[in-house]
Amino acid sequence: MVIDATRMKDLGDRLAEGEVKGRSLWADARRRFFRNKAAVGGLVTLALVTLLALFGDSLAQWSNEEIDFTIMGQAAQLGQPSLENGHYFGTDDLGRDLYSRTLQGTRISLMVGIVGSFIAVVVGTLYGAISGYVGGRTDQIMMRIVDILLAVPFMFVVILLLVMFGRSLFMLFFGIGLMSWLNMARIVRGQTLSLKHKEYVEAAQATGVPTFTIILRHIVPNLVGIVAVYATLLVPEMILTESFISFLGLGVQEPLTSLGALISEGAKTIYYGTTWQLLWPLAFFVATLFSFFFVGDGLRDALDPKDR
Amino acid sequence: MFSFILKRLAVAIPTLLLLIIISFLLMHAAPGGPFTQERALPPQVLANLEAKYGLDQPLWRQLASYVWGIVAHFDFGPSFIYKDRTVNEIIAQGFPVTLTYGTVSFVIAIIVGIGLGVAAAIRHNSWLDYLAVGISIGAQVLPNFVMAPLLLLTFTWWLRWLPGGGWEHGQWEYMVMPVIALSTSYMASIARLTRASMLEVLTSNHIRTARAKGLPEHKVILRHALKPALLPVLSYLGPAFVAMVTGSVVVDFFFSTGGIGRSFVDSALNRDYAVMLGITILVGALTILFNLIVDILYGWIDPKIRY
Amino acid sequence: MALLDIKGLTVRFDTPDGVVTAVNNVTLSLSRGETLGIVGESGSGKSQLAFAVMGLLAKNGRATGSVTLDGKEILNAPPSVINPIRAQKIAMIFQDPMTSLNPYMRISDQMAEVLVHHRGMANAQAVAEAVRMLDAVKIPDAAGRVRLYPHEFSGGMRQRVMIAMSLLCRPEILIADEPTTALDVTVQAQIMTLLSDLQRDFGMATILITHDLGVVAGFCENVLVLYGGQVMEKSPTDPLFAAPSHPYTRGLLSAIPRVDQEGEELDAIPGSPPNMTMEPKGCPFAPRCTYAGEDCEEHLSPLTEFAPGRFRACNRSLEELS
Repeated sequence: MVIDATRMKDLGDRLAEGEVKGRSLWADARRRFFRNKAAVGGLVTLALVTLLALFGDSLAQWSNEEIDFTIMGQAAQLGQPSLENGHYFGTDDLGRDLYSRTLQGTRISLMVGIVGSFIAVVVGTLYGAISGYVGGRTDQIMMRIVDILLAVPFMFVVILLLVMFGRSLFMLFFGIGLMSWLNMARIVRGQTLSLKHKEYVEAAQATGVPTFTIILRHIVPNLVGIVAVYATLLVPEMILTESFISFLGLGVQEPLTSLGALISEGAKTIYYGTTWQLLWPLAFFVATLFSFFFVGDGLRDALDPKDR
Repeated sequence: MFSFILKRLAVAIPTLLLLIIISFLLMHAAPGGPFTQERALPPQVLANLEAKYGLDQPLWRQLASYVWGIVAHFDFGPSFIYKDRTVNEIIAQGFPVTLTYGTVSFVIAIIVGIGLGVAAAIRHNSWLDYLAVGISIGAQVLPNFVMAPLLLLTFTWWLRWLPGGGWEHGQWEYMVMPVIALSTSYMASIARLTRASMLEVLTSNHIRTARAKGLPEHKVILRHALKPALLPVLSYLGPAFVAMVTGSVVVDFFFSTGGIGRSFVDSALNRDYAVMLGITILVGALTILFNLIVDILYGWIDPKIRY
Repeated sequence: MALLDIKGLTVRFDTPDGVVTAVNNVTLSLSRGETLGIVGESGSGKSQLAFAVMGLLAKNGRATGSVTLDGKEILNAPPSVINPIRAQKIAMIFQDPMTSLNPYMRISDQMAEVLVHHRGMANAQAVAEAVRMLDAVKIPDAAGRVRLYPHEFSGGMRQRVMIAMSLLCRPEILIADEPTTALDVTVQAQIMTLLSDLQRDFGMATILITHDLGVVAGFCENVLVLYGGQVMEKSPTDPLFAAPSHPYTRGLLSAIPRVDQEGEELDAIPGSPPNMTMEPKGCPFAPRCTYAGEDCEEHLSPLTEFAPGRFRACNRSLEELS
């Protein structure tokens, strides 16, 4: 997974221009977004997945922790999806209901993605905006720090953290948040640099508005477009990262689970013929990732229209 | 060009030092020492152990000797768990394996990815383009820990073409599945990046000039469009290389290749901080080295950066 | 027979907002050694006209009609036909010298490849020829600077490089698409003088595309005025300036600042250029024209010759305009 840096820059250029050109930019963007079938499809899918994750439990006949002792130990023979015994998606190897577990895993994965992305938005935007706006030596030092942090193999550090400080949801968010804001800071800084010399910012400076107020009132609101696009594209990356950590067995702790954990369990037992244990969570995973991907791409195309 | 490389080096070396120091301090901030176990050790034994590993020294001393060990002797110190093995030995065992299949995957991902991306861009909106876009989007959401068992299922269990695991000094049949599992998603990313930037470049003014010169399309692409189209791809290669080393955790798990990923997971499970640190620093150093190479390549392609 | 004959050329673009007709049924001819100015505001389709001739339209563009060079059809021609014509028969220089040269290649390589490809020269020989041509466009120390990259030249120097590159194969036609628009005023004059000298020395027919009537006055024998993708007026230069026959041309002329008429206010043409997504109907200038009647919204009289060599497309007669 990769977020295309060049296209992010193009988008930035376009949005910096747009501020001068007028307010039709957002209306235009909305129109273009809703004409993009993949993006609208993604949005609808995302809404469905989210609704199911939040309210689907009321349809479940088993909780995510309960073990169905009639199935336990014979998951390969008895655990397949069935409406009769109430395991719509089948059960896992322990006889736990996969439907409930998938919904619960989807909730965690969405949360990880959104929280990681949120940290990136808050920390990255402020850091980047300050660095770009203040400029000079401060900017150089702040960006050098980002460069150094980018050279740190973060996946290893997150694992290191989870091993040393123990597994917990907080540590997971902390670790993922730690790496998610770096690129956001860079993008925002670049955008701030081009916003800095716009007339309305210079006007604010000339009338003696304090620096921090200028950043909050004039720079940050004009970063909304590029930040929204990047944040949307960051969510699936965060979910992928979490799934990798879960694969290592360092993700959320039982009885809680995540899509990544379910998929890696399913993948490890696939040789016993329990394909549903892989396919159901994988379907949710792929649908969610695709949706975010298409929505993010659609947003970007809507804000930066180009024929390609 | 020479001074440009020197300038980059001047940035790379302090970065590496900082990485070592941060990792080391992180390890020390961890609750519980490496010898904290279920059954508490007698105080005397613990003291002896700490003396042996230098843990009774003040922090700055430990840090200095750790850094000095790495910088001067390339020595990451002893393992905390395996009493008779050093971190160097553990790394030396797995690293060549990872480096081999990692490099092969990397090269294949670059060649196929760029080729696919360029082809898709030239045949924009053709079936080839849609196929390439479809594959690359699909491959990006399929994690390698799903890819790996699917490969095993197909090639080992059903078709019985390839051995299910092992390394055997890197004979090709042991390399095929690790390389596919590792390279596919990066290949897809590179293809997507190349396609987008090639499409962008093909609409630029200097390409119009090249066409107005009457050059045939393949010369326009190869001589004029390829270099600028590869710039964004280049900046992706550093992270991609690191991600491939990270991916060795998955490859080693499913294919029993015995690379550095195996050592890392083992050390994580055993809380062998010394090994974890050593591998983290090694990967960090590789990242820095790779970014350096990418920077130099950038300078080589873009004459505006060079001076 | 004319060297270049364009008949009924129409260029349309498919865009998300509908079909845009950029060039609408343009007919013109260019004889050997002739200098023709194509004048119009930005968006009038003058650049797309040139791109259509060169086969350089963007992918969503379609050209219909006919363009013949020495009697041979070249519009929408396959690469095997159009590639040998580009640079060798028809060469083009572009508006923006900053981006029209390849920033990643030395000037020597960019210039030499033209000769290597079309003339089969050896590289060293081709570079030597490139240096001679750079000398001809008055680049100081051409031999020393040919190895540099585009970003090491100023804007004016880059446009000189562009011109030198276009002349390497001694084309019969040179199309200059707003060659001075992106340059400083003082540099503009130098470039136009240079182009004028080169045109005299090399004797190629030249199409100068510009929005600047002043530039046309000094350079072209004939002028074609384009508005909304259609030809409004076509005439030898001097009579056009003396007695413009079309309301739009008059508007353009009175919008030129003149040093000899101090203190007078400039007459800008009211309104803005038409929205080209509309299906063209009637006279495109009608909404901004002070003489327009209801008939102008409905149809436009075809281009007709009203004096020797002078053509106009307007529903109002010359008497009605005076």
